[in-house]
Amino acid sequence: MSDQTQTGVPEHAANAPAAAPTPTAPKARADGRTKMKARQVNVFYGDKQALFDVDIDIMEHAVTSLIGPSGCGKSTFLRCLNRMNDVVDICRVQGSIEMEGEDIYDPKVDVVHLRARVGMVFQKPNPFPKSIYENIAYGPKIHGIVRNKAECDELVETSLRKAGLWEEAKDRLDQPGTGLSGGQQQRLCIARAIAVQPEVILMDEPCSALDPIATAKIEDLIHELRENYTIVIVTHSMQQAARVSQKTAFFHLGDLIEYGETETIFTNPKDEKTQGYITGRFG
Amino acid sequence: MTDATANGTTPASPDEVSKRVHASLKRRYAAEKRFQLYGVVAIGLALTFLFILFYDIISKGYSAFWQSHVTIEVEIDPGEVDPQGDRSLDSLRDGSYRGITRDAFTALFPTVEGRSERRHLLELMSGSADGVVRQRVLEDPSLVGQTIPVEVKLNDDADIYVKDKTVEVETAARVNGIASPTGTSGEIQILSTANDFGAILTAVKEMLAERAEDLRDDIEGDRARIERFESQLQSVEDEEVRSDLESSIASYEYDIEEAQKQIEDLQRRIDQPDVAEALNEGMPSYLVRINGGVVKITSVDNSRATGEVYLPLESVNDAPADSWEILTLPVAESDRRLSDKQVMWLWDLENRGLISLPFNTTLFTAGDSREPEQAGIWGAVVGSFYVLVVTLLLSFPIGVMTAVYLEEFAPKNKWTDLIEVNINNLAAVPSIVFGLLGLAMFLNFFGFPRSAPLVGGMVLTLMTLPTIIIAGRAALKAVPPSIREAALGMGASRIQAMTHHVLPLAMPGMLTGTIIGMAQALGETAPLLMIGMVAFIVDIPGGFTDPATVLPVQIYIWADSPERAFVERTSAAIMVLLAFLITMNLTAVLLRKKFEKRW
Repeated sequence: MSDQTQTGVPEHAANAPAAAPTPTAPKARADGRTKMKARQVNVFYGDKQALFDVDIDIMEHAVTSLIGPSGCGKSTFLRCLNRMNDVVDICRVQGSIEMEGEDIYDPKVDVVHLRARVGMVFQKPNPFPKSIYENIAYGPKIHGIVRNKAECDELVETSLRKAGLWEEAKDRLDQPGTGLSGGQQQRLCIARAIAVQPEVILMDEPCSALDPIATAKIEDLIHELRENYTIVIVTHSMQQAARVSQKTAFFHLGDLIEYGETETIFTNPKDEKTQGYITGRFG
Repeated sequence: MTDATANGTTPASPDEVSKRVHASLKRRYAAEKRFQLYGVVAIGLALTFLFILFYDIISKGYSAFWQSHVTIEVEIDPGEVDPQGDRSLDSLRDGSYRGITRDAFTALFPTVEGRSERRHLLELMSGSADGVVRQRVLEDPSLVGQTIPVEVKLNDDADIYVKDKTVEVETAARVNGIASPTGTSGEIQILSTANDFGAILTAVKEMLAERAEDLRDDIEGDRARIERFESQLQSVEDEEVRSDLESSIASYEYDIEEAQKQIEDLQRRIDQPDVAEALNEGMPSYLVRINGGVVKITSVDNSRATGEVYLPLESVNDAPADSWEILTLPVAESDRRLSDKQVMWLWDLENRGLISLPFNTTLFTAGDSREPEQAGIWGAVVGSFYVLVVTLLLSFPIGVMTAVYLEEFAPKNKWTDLIEVNINNLAAVPSIVFGLLGLAMFLNFFGFPRSAPLVGGMVLTLMTLPTIIIAGRAALKAVPPSIREAALGMGASRIQAMTHHVLPLAMPGMLTGTIIGMAQALGETAPLLMIGMVAFIVDIPGGFTDPATVLPVQIYIWADSPERAFVERTSAAIMVLLAFLITMNLTAVLLRKKFEKRW
């Protein structure tokens, strides 16, 4: 059903995942090795099945966008990737999702550790009602990444820099994160996610609550972050998917209809439903 | 088309629509106005009742914050207060102060003679007076042998008279004649050159006429009864019943005869002009103030009054019209707590400037007492404090932990539903049931001491727990899920997300619930009834297991006491309780305002 586009391009030689970014061109990095592998994923909310046999390979250092009409299961799938669905009592996940060959649903896997490796940015900016500094320092502190104040200060600065918020926020680090504008808050949330130094960042419609300028900034940021992180983004905006992603998956009613290179999906979709959705005939 | 219009199915024309909208607008605005009016009326009513409540309590209770004292000159007789004669504290502590205090008080009125009159006078002084003198001497033993002024409390009835003038004293109509008393003490006569006592005589005669009227009414009643018995007599055959009826008739006839004799006697007295008539106790009291003294009138005719001297006159000189007066105490002496004599003594003490009205510190430093002037709320305040400490220490942690577990960690299933329903039901259980539970569990099963704040606190914990749990769960629910998701998404464990983010945000709401629960506990009486905390406890509790009572219970006990002075103390205690409650609720509001976070 799903169209796997595990193209014949040779595996990327670099074995260090995020630590040492090489100045390779973004395009070339898109065909890196597989970071996460989902096979036969079925998700149930109580008796209702939300996802049917989804198979996706998420490429390292690529942006994968999940598109589809509302209620198609793209967010559900996204939340399977860092087991945020565990929080929902009635949710059951079947099938396997592997991250670098390790099943993340294996009982031996520590959810807390998984979430440190797979960070998440939510639809609505949700900074903690604490200072900007504390917002970013929280993750590193609970995971014991930083040992002292100096390390922490440095990490906060680099995270904010990576999120492009340093210049705006450096003078008000002790002020509440909730006092920032919507776009700034979302970048703060991204900075917060980066601070834990994850390998994968999941973004659930990160721009849906933002204006076009803030959206453009976040999109630029996603481009830059691809250097070091694997990104999976759920979006309702086809243009955004086309702009930021290298891979696109189209979901419809819980089925993965089509998955492939973004260019291919948008210019030459194989499935009629995909065609219909991207041309705006339904959805 | 016409058919359709007749059926009313065609949409109305634009004009018609606009008309209808207008009409409906008018209705809607009227409804809105009405609704607002209901609101304003409701608020107005609530405020009015609140105002009445506060006015009632404050107007009744404010005078309890002052206590009248009288200054007496006490001669500290070494023979009485220092039995060992060595001025040591031990010896002074064993000394007798009662006699010297009483002597000092009676010395205020040198003319008072005889045991019964002396006792009558001493009724005005509080029983705590000798304790005050003892305290003074123990603090400063060098006072022994000296005569010192000491402020001692008046007893409750005297206190109320001084503060509220509960016994009305009116000046009767102007006197016109020159009055001449026949003596300065004992029984004397006062002769007036005008008919100044005529009014009193008229009042006496009116009273006699009233009594005659009452007797006539009685006769009417008796006659009616006799008639009824006679008619029964005609139909009854049984000998025994007949004899009973006959004897009843005879006794009523005798009553009538007696009454008629009395009426004749009264009528004669009423008709006799200008013959001295005696006043009796059921009548208002009349007193004459003349030459610096007071005479209580016992019998009068138009121009002459016979009476007993209550406060000695300075001389037997004639008093011109504007220098003497007749006082009326409209409430009969037998209907008052203070006799005419006592009222006059107090009146005299006031005139001599010996009565002072300082702040009533006893009210805030003493425990309960049978004597209102020695009773205070401190014991109850301390008891309430201990009870609330126990309640807070138990109910806050248990309540918060329960709320957190149920809201954040418990699986949603039948059992948790059942627990939730039961917690909500528990909030509606009458509080006396908790008292019964406390009696059965804590006292009878665990054997904890009766009347102890520890047990009171435990019982009130049971009562406040539902409030705290429900408020706590509401506060936790109000924390947006996005905060939880953010924390979990960062890799925080559920406990970390809870303690680092959710709980701090929910805390103001939880604290508010807790304080409201505490305020509820502070005002509760019923559950304490069962565990023996509704009791007369004089000692101020010194710990969690000492017998104690609490503020609302103190109010209840005082409100139940017959002494009039407890009325104002009840209201004063209510004011103190309300002050505590308002403070607590205000704290809750301020806490919420201060720590409330917005996002």
